[in-house]
Amino acid sequence: MTFNYFDKTLADLNADLKAGKITAEELTKETFANIDQTDADLQAFVRLHEEEALAQARAIDAKGDFSNPLAGIPMALKDNIATNGLETTGASHILEGFKPVYDATVTTKLNEAGAVVVGKANMDEFAMGGSTETSYYKQTKNAWDYTKVPGGSSGGSAAAVAAGQVPYALGSDTGGSIRQPAAFNGLVGLKPTYGRVSRFGLFAMASSLDQIGPLTRTVKDNALVLNAIAGFDKRDSTSVELEVPDFTEKLGQSIKGMKIAVPEEYFQEGIDADVATQVKAAIAQLEALGAEIGQVSLPHTQYGVAAYYILMSSEASSNVQRYDGIRYGYRAPDAKSLEEVYKKTRTEGFGDEVKRRIMLGTYSLSAGAYDAFFKKAAQIRTLIIEDFNKVFEDYDLIVGPTTPTQAYGIGAEIDDPKTMYLGDVLTIPVNLAGLPGLSINAGFNGGMPIGLQMIGKPFDEATIYQAAYAFEQETRLYDQHPELAGKA
Amino acid sequence: MATSISKEEVAHVADLAKLSFSDQELEHFTGQLQEIVSMCEKMAEVDTTDVKPTFSVTPNVNHLREDVADNWNQKKALLAQAPEEAADLIKVPAILNGED
Repeated sequence: MTFNYFDKTLADLNADLKAGKITAEELTKETFANIDQTDADLQAFVRLHEEEALAQARAIDAKGDFSNPLAGIPMALKDNIATNGLETTGASHILEGFKPVYDATVTTKLNEAGAVVVGKANMDEFAMGGSTETSYYKQTKNAWDYTKVPGGSSGGSAAAVAAGQVPYALGSDTGGSIRQPAAFNGLVGLKPTYGRVSRFGLFAMASSLDQIGPLTRTVKDNALVLNAIAGFDKRDSTSVELEVPDFTEKLGQSIKGMKIAVPEEYFQEGIDADVATQVKAAIAQLEALGAEIGQVSLPHTQYGVAAYYILMSSEASSNVQRYDGIRYGYRAPDAKSLEEVYKKTRTEGFGDEVKRRIMLGTYSLSAGAYDAFFKKAAQIRTLIIEDFNKVFEDYDLIVGPTTPTQAYGIGAEIDDPKTMYLGDVLTIPVNLAGLPGLSINAGFNGGMPIGLQMIGKPFDEATIYQAAYAFEQETRLYDQHPELAGKA
Repeated sequence: MATSISKEEVAHVADLAKLSFSDQELEHFTGQLQEIVSMCEKMAEVDTTDVKPTFSVTPNVNHLREDVADNWNQKKALLAQAPEEAADLIKVPAILNGED
């Protein structure tokens, strides 16, 4: 049995490093040895930065300062988070070989904390997808069942943590891309409040929806990582100038009397019966822990997917205009004129899902469709926000399933975009409203995890963590992990 | 009042987006876009009279800061990322037809 992170929290690792039981360099070497052995099958990473990671680990050892809880501990970044001088591609052909000339703000913050970035995790191309099947490079598997998708778009990040390759990873979430893979892999995944974490250096998909967040095995680990990456950044004018609390401060506090809302729409048609059963059992557990549960309505939930796909694709089609073969990345080799450079580069450089969204977005913003699609979607977004505001007048938290189904088979939905889009129905409204949302393992069915989603008030991640921690300490589902040995 | 999208319309949108499709791909994308657009037409059920659109949830309007020059000194590094460079500039094919 090789080294892995199944039974090690960040606090355990930090204690070992402080006590000199292991050095950051040893830990990093063990991490690479394990990835070397497991990733041939799992395919969680598109790229490893072994040399740079070892150099960082040695530098941390030389300094000998492990006061930061992340110091000397390996982690993975999603492939859409810029690292200075290290190839970052958004899992797209069009950025093959691209080496950013600056670090994303979260990368800078992690470096300052002494984190050791081991490599880039696979993802859906430019974060467009929900199964990591649209990656140009490879197909990441679900660590619990290699015939199933890991979810997406942060599928590589989730698989790497679920398989014990790294203790934590960063993902990004535009319509559920952290929470859905967390649900499919039995992890804790948080999409912070819009503006909580700087997006500087995150390859933009839909700028009014994107947020970076952590994927971890435990709630406390998640809060510790958020502590490190949150905060105002002058380079992202949508990041918010609010003091960053210690997100671990409410962990362990009782949830007695906490008012938790359950939206009836989150259990309606399209929700798999096994998912509903398990999530209802989890809600009963929260009630047993003292929470006051009440049923509410979020009446515009059913319009979220439509509004989201219009707004997201409109923003995305504008954002990916920058990939044109001129200044960086791939350029079609045989283009004769400038127009040909654009067209050939983009046609050869983008995969089908990216093209689909560019087309939908360009269409939605075109003269004849603007009012019926783009403007209408933005108005529905307002109604969705109002639905949430109303519930939060009386409740501290909203809970329900993260996804309508469990992880599905590789290849099962990729040719049916509409069905795949509908899989985001429960995560999308949270992005549209800019709220913080977390997924935590609610239990298993058929050996595969099921996600419980917790949605909080803006900038109240601490209360989400408080409830998630209470649930986690009661169920201790993180003790269960996939059997990787013998999988082919 | 179902919107129907024609192949010609899809070809026009593709041209705006600087993408080219074969006839077969065009057929494929037209079908898929039609399906997605039909799904999105569900939005018409909602009465949005007098509802203000939301384009961003951020409370920030503008972050003003001192106008201080900040030289990132990255010319070389940026040029190194360009597919082709010449004389410290990014090289592209001729943009004027028939001339060099």
